[in-house]
Parts: sequence; C-alpha cells; structure tokens
Amino acid sequence: MAFLTLPPTGLRFDNIDKRYGGLYALRRVSLEVSPGECLVLAGRNGSGKTTLLRIAARIVRPTAGKLSFPGSSSEADTNGRPGYVAHTTMVYDELTAEENLVLFAKLQNVPQPATRAEELLREVGLYDRRSSAVRTFSRGMRQRIAIARALIHRPSVLLFDEPATGLDPIGISWLAKTLGDVHRSGCTVVMSLHGESEISSLATRAIQLDAGSVVADTSSGASLRSILSFGGA
Amino acid sequence: MALLSNTATLLAKELRTEFRSRELLTTTVVFILVVLILFSFAISPTTEESREFGPGLLWLAILFAASLMLQPCFLREQANDTLSSLRLAVSDPFAIFLAKLIANTLFLLVTEILMLPLFAAFYNIPVLPQLHYLLLVLFLGSLGVSIAGTALSAISAQARMRELLLPLLLLPLLTPVLVVSATVSVSLLDREPVVQWKGIAFLAIFDFIFLTALWLFGEYLLEE
Repeated sequence: MAFLTLPPTGLRFDNIDKRYGGLYALRRVSLEVSPGECLVLAGRNGSGKTTLLRIAARIVRPTAGKLSFPGSSSEADTNGRPGYVAHTTMVYDELTAEENLVLFAKLQNVPQPATRAEELLREVGLYDRRSSAVRTFSRGMRQRIAIARALIHRPSVLLFDEPATGLDPIGISWLAKTLGDVHRSGCTVVMSLHGESEISSLATRAIQLDAGSVVADTSSGASLRSILSFGGA
Repeated sequence: MALLSNTATLLAKELRTEFRSRELLTTTVVFILVVLILFSFAISPTTEESREFGPGLLWLAILFAASLMLQPCFLREQANDTLSSLRLAVSDPFAIFLAKLIANTLFLLVTEILMLPLFAAFYNIPVLPQLHYLLLVLFLGSLGVSIAGTALSAISAQARMRELLLPLLLLPLLTPVLVVSATVSVSLLDREPVVQWKGIAFLAIFDFIFLTALWLFGEYLLEE
C-alpha cells in the first residue's frame, strides 16, 4: 500500500482566533485531535470549517492562538507537513499528471520522485492518463490527482475540505475506500463534510462549528450521526 | 541547500510551462516590436536624434512589456490555488519568488536580445561596439524590473482591482531604474561612448536592496 506513513501525529488547536477585518471566522477554538483519529468537521456554510482546515494546513496564520502537532518529530520534517485537499485541485492544469506529482515530490525531497509518482498514479487509477495534461481531466480524475498530490510526501496528517463535492456515486465510493485505506495506514484524518455519506461512515469523531465556534463534539454513535446529518443544514 | 534545490525545481516548472504555451514571450516580443516600429515611422528620427531618444524609447517599451508579462506571474497560481500547494511544499517561501524572478528576468532578456538587432536597424544605431556593456545594463535593469515586479505581482494578485494595481504600483517604483538605465544606455550608444559606472552601480545596488527586502519580507506577501 502506497499510503503508509510514519508514526501518526495529532493536531492541537489552542484558543485559535481568525479575524478578517472585523469579522470573526473562528473564535477561541480549542481542539485536540488524537493521532490516528478520523475527525469530521460539520457545520453550515461560513461556519469556519475551511478556515480551520487552512490554519491546520499552515496556509492561513491565525490571528491569535497556537497550532501544534503533538508527536511530530520536527516542524521542518517533510512528513510533519500535513497533506491538504481543498475545493480546488491545487495542481497545474497545463502540466501532466505525472509532471505535477514529480514536481511536488521533488519540492518535498521525496526520495525517487518519479517512482513515488508512478506508485501513486497506479494507486489512484490514473496511471494510463499519466501523460495527459490535468486540464483534460474530468471532475473525478481531478479529485484523484488532488489526493495523490496531498499524499505524495507520505504525510502523517491529512486534511480534506469537502472531498466529495462534485463527485458521482462511483467517485464517492472510490474516495471512501481510499480515505479508509489512508486512515487504516495510521494517518490522522480531518475532513469537512456536508451531510451523511459513505465517506462520513469513516468518522470516529465529529465536531460541529457554528459562527466560528465549536458547538458540539462527540465520538458516540448516535450523536455522531446526528451531527453529521444536520451539520450541513 | 533546500532553497537552491526548490528554486531549481520551480524554475524548471516555470520554463517548461512558458515554453509549452509561449504566452509571455509572444506578448512581450510583439509589444516591444510594435512600439519600436511605430515610433520609428512616426518620428523618423535622424541618427543623432535616435542616439538621444532611442534608448529611452527602448526602456519604456521594456517597462510596459514587463508590466504585461508580470501580470499573470502570480495570477496563474490563483486559478487552482497552486500557490497554497507550493507554500505547503517548499521549505522556504523565498524559493517561489526566486524561481519566478529568475524566470521573468530570463524571459525579459530573451525578448531584449531578440529586439536589439531590430532596434539597431530601425534607429540606425550600431550596438555591436558596446554590446558587452549594453548587455550588462540590460541585465541589471531587467533584474530590477523583475525583482520589484514579481513582488508587486504577488501583492496585486490578491487585490480586487488586480489588473489596474500592478502597473499603478510598478511604474512609479521603477522610475529610477528606467531613468538610470536609459541614461547609461544613451551614454553607451553615443558617438563617443562613455561607460557610466555610477549608473551601473546604482542599478546593482537597487537590485541588491530589493532582493534583500524580498528575502526578508516575501513570506508575508504570500499570506492570505
């Protein structure tokens, strides 16, 4: 399995605030995600899910508070950097699938970047299209290459922002299986979702955000389903 | 070491992307060519007038062409949020700037080297005798344009009126480079050429200061 990672890392948010001008996107969010956990973030549009994920990915700097990765060997360690799948593919349309993966593998000092890229292309079912430019890909294929890019450096934390958006039922099944494999390999997974789906069944814990604050946090079956089913309302 | 290897990887990507599409090179070459031809026919300068005004015109054309070329520099990274994936991947964000400004300088230099024989022909100015000094001025001037332009392109790409903002910020900031480059070029292409070392030193210092500022504060320009 190409997804195997180093010993898993957790995530800790301490009193995180994020403000855009006068508007709070996140307000005093404190949250600890244990290593190997699969956490689902639920909540309405604008509740702060994407901001929280982008802070966890270290793309956005919080206005206040601290983010840490308990268990991570070093901040500079490549595997300590989270893998992040956003709404967009975060890869170059004009490059081929293989060129994109080799590029991101090289940037992260992955040993034998071409071999690693080939391994992942097979894993996500894009090996036959490895020489095609990403701009020629369908929505499902684009999501696959986005996931491959996020996994290229064998991260110990994976962050997914509404990974099922725009996928057909077959794509969602594939994604659920892939995410399951990633999670079983020991990766800590944090994803935002709208409503219950095949993917949400992987969740071991769910939190609900509302207006930038955590309003519910549960690991028990019934409450978890309740959050997942109403979270996207 | 990681900075250099990341820069080399990103530079290879920039060059591959450009030589596949040839968007930037085509735009700048056509723009400079049109400006040079248009002014050559509109003014019909004598040789002396050409020596006096030609270099200034060349630098003005380079500056406007550069502002066209620099516009998509970071804008292209917005389409699929590739800037975020680059920031996640590189160990030093300065590598993103370094790769882009080296690529921009190379594209500008390629354009200038292509345009130089045409400039010499249209304005009847022999450039060969002082070519090595002229290339030095073109290099330092283009580097200055690229360093400041790449930094401003990162700022303007996140702004609302991005198409307007870049030239608005770029042109005043680059006025000293433009004035000094044109003055040094006029002296070089004079009937009795003089190398203005002070001007060349000014261009080198401008480049050094802006490069250092970009190295120190560039990371903040990439933040959302």
